[in-house]
Amino acid sequence: MKYVDEYRGSEEAQKFVAAIERLVTRPWNLMEICGGQTHTMIKAGIDRMLPDEVTMIHGPGCPVCVTPLELIDRALAIARRPEVIFTSFGDMLRVPGSTTDLLAVKSQGGDVRMVYSPLDAVELARRNPDRQVVFFAVGFETTAPANAMAVWQAAQEKLDNFSILTSHVLVPPAMEAILSAPDNRVQGFMAAGHVCTVMGYWEYEPLAERHQIPIVVTGFEPLDLLHGAYLTLEALEEGRSGVVNQYSRSVEREGNLPAQKLLKQVFEVCDRKWRGIGEIPDSGYKLRDELAGYDAELRFDVGELVAQESPDCIAGEILRGLKKPHECAAFGVRCTPEKPLGAPMVSSEGACAAYYQYGRHKVAS
Amino acid sequence: MCLGVPGQVMSIELDPLGMNMGEVSFAGIKKKVCLAYTPEAEVGDYVVVHVGFAISRIDEEEAQQVFQYLAEMDELGELEIPQPGEDPAPGADS
Ligand code: SF4
Repeated sequence: MKYVDEYRGSEEAQKFVAAIERLVTRPWNLMEICGGQTHTMIKAGIDRMLPDEVTMIHGPGCPVCVTPLELIDRALAIARRPEVIFTSFGDMLRVPGSTTDLLAVKSQGGDVRMVYSPLDAVELARRNPDRQVVFFAVGFETTAPANAMAVWQAAQEKLDNFSILTSHVLVPPAMEAILSAPDNRVQGFMAAGHVCTVMGYWEYEPLAERHQIPIVVTGFEPLDLLHGAYLTLEALEEGRSGVVNQYSRSVEREGNLPAQKLLKQVFEVCDRKWRGIGEIPDSGYKLRDELAGYDAELRFDVGELVAQESPDCIAGEILRGLKKPHECAAFGVRCTPEKPLGAPMVSSEGACAAYYQYGRHKVAS
Repeated sequence: MCLGVPGQVMSIELDPLGMNMGEVSFAGIKKKVCLAYTPEAEVGDYVVVHVGFAISRIDEEEAQQVFQYLAEMDELGELEIPQPGEDPAPGADS
């Protein structure tokens, strides 16, 4: 097994589709949380293979999409400083702030570099003691242990020219917010497999209990998604709530304990604003007070920034599953991946970009 | 963003901070990966790698689950793939 191609078989996919068709007797709304899952689902056309009764709502699980505009503006202001080497994962570079993006800052002479791992940013700090290296620490629980390790290493080595601009978000509070909203339509969740790889799924058990819904921890390949949808629909049809683990080759109930241990040493839970959704209590991480010296927001005073969202963008409704991307008037017309108006068009994991990339704008639906 | 790519651990060594680092092969392309979060991983194991960190060791037995599931349903005769252009007989489902 190589753990990739086997989960892409089209014959097996058809078998799952047939099984789902036999199972479903009435309309259901499912949400896949993670943007990576959205991408695969639209690319493979899984949402279209499913019977008409099943509506897939694309969740807010794209950290790039939910990073608040003010924070991107702050990143841009820091990246412009001459003493700074600003490092980021590739997908943040093209996210538009109020007026520009990191790539534009780079072309104007800013030292902006793409890194594959946060440890690469730490290495840059070691090699450039006369420069300030800042890493844009975005991501969900999946990415948090990597970013925590970068700060921990910098602290061990007393690297005082390294800091992170933190925009960490946590999934369970967002699910709670979606379920508690008066206009909620989600009846079952396919939870993000790699988030659960790190955190486990015990946190989802009280959530499923409280809202009487099924939550199925789901992997990322086409067959994982179909299997996840099958298990969620099976529970819905049978009137069962609770948590089921589809992605058991990677996820255990307790999650990854060494990763959680370091997370606790480096981060603490805080309220966070989600772009398109608003502030959600206890939905993010910030550095612990002892490590505040590594917080780029404290190190670089960039003043108060007031962010200006495009008035045309309905990302908020899309992220909450109230509308589909092609229902936005700007979609594919004034807003394209080349000239994005809002974040869901920028990241390939954003719902708007996935719909655009796989030709959903050409089809009137 | 939360993408994890499975790869095979080719070698493991300790870095100067005492952390497990390894070389992981992704379909032949080798990369340096931090193994601090998968202390149980051994050479030859497959791990899920995200931004340069292994976040889990893949459980071989559990990896068969999806296929076992289909096989079981197949045995129960529950999985007939409708042929294209052929409408299922009315009432055949119920
Ligand atoms: S298509 Fe563009 S403008 Fe419309 S919601 Fe998506 S990102 Fe915003």
